[in-house]
Amino acid sequence: MIPLQVVTLVLVLLGAVSVVAARDVVRLTLANALYGLLLVVLFLVFQSPDVALSALVVSVVALPLVLVVAIAKGRGG
Amino acid sequence: MSLRTRYVLFAISATGLTALLLWGLAGLPDFGRFGGSYGVTLNDVAVAQRHATNVVAAIVWDYRALDTMGEELILFASVMATSLLLREAREREADRSEDAVHGETIRAVGLALVGILVVVGLYTVAHGIVTPGGGFQGGVVLASGLIVVYLAGSYRTYRRVGPTALVDFGEGVGVGGYVGIGLAGMAFGAAFLANFLPLGTKGTLASAGTITALNVASGLAVAAAFVLLVMEFLQELMVMRLEEAEK
Repeated sequence: MIPLQVVTLVLVLLGAVSVVAARDVVRLTLANALYGLLLVVLFLVFQSPDVALSALVVSVVALPLVLVVAIAKGRGG
Repeated sequence: MSLRTRYVLFAISATGLTALLLWGLAGLPDFGRFGGSYGVTLNDVAVAQRHATNVVAAIVWDYRALDTMGEELILFASVMATSLLLREAREREADRSEDAVHGETIRAVGLALVGILVVVGLYTVAHGIVTPGGGFQGGVVLASGLIVVYLAGSYRTYRRVGPTALVDFGEGVGVGGYVGIGLAGMAFGAAFLANFLPLGTKGTLASAGTITALNVASGLAVAAAFVLLVMEFLQELMVMRLEEAEK
């Protein structure tokens, strides 16, 4: 394992903990998107650019958007 | 259940889970060692057999094209179910609703971003057979270009750029086209979803036969699916605002 891979793994670990630790739903959504972005970096570092692109569009664009709209509706617009 | 009992239960299950995980980790192959002979074989033969320099694309739209069709249909079914559940009777009214006008900066940056996203999306779809990317990734990028229209502009503009009739049609053509290409293969005497088109020159956009065609069909289906999905969610919001304004 090269140092870059170790650093990325540690960052992903920290990202995952931050998602679990977030209590407010909006913060949780943002933390989750950031965690998704860290996973994208992980896939890239581990030489899976195709998976990285899929993860990028799903976890950074599609999922946060659906969550934010659902939260907005829950709060009454 | 008392707090004490919960802690005891947690301690027992956490110990068990840790032990199982460690046991599993100990049995894994060494880091960086790939044991999949199928993957190694495909890496060796895919480019020569299918003229697609992105082996992942050759697997997704050729060797495993039937699996991808299943995934396509899952996305199609879930978006259709969302539309059935959420499509509002007051769609036309919601289409006329006015959003608050954003600041000049947001509108200017958003407008610039739309163009960039659409170009990146088209590039990702088109080059899927040559470099990493493809219909799924590019499709979502294309859809997010349209979503920026809503974020920087308004729901009204979003609906004008992607009206239901057009997006529904695109979704149908994308998914139907995928299955149609598979059936066309059978008409030419090959198996369902077999590659029956000329393979062209390696590394160019017009190569890899049906892989390219299936890639484009997937891109269309995925882009339309995400535009529809977001539209249904936003429509809920718009109708809620309408109801509030009426109160």
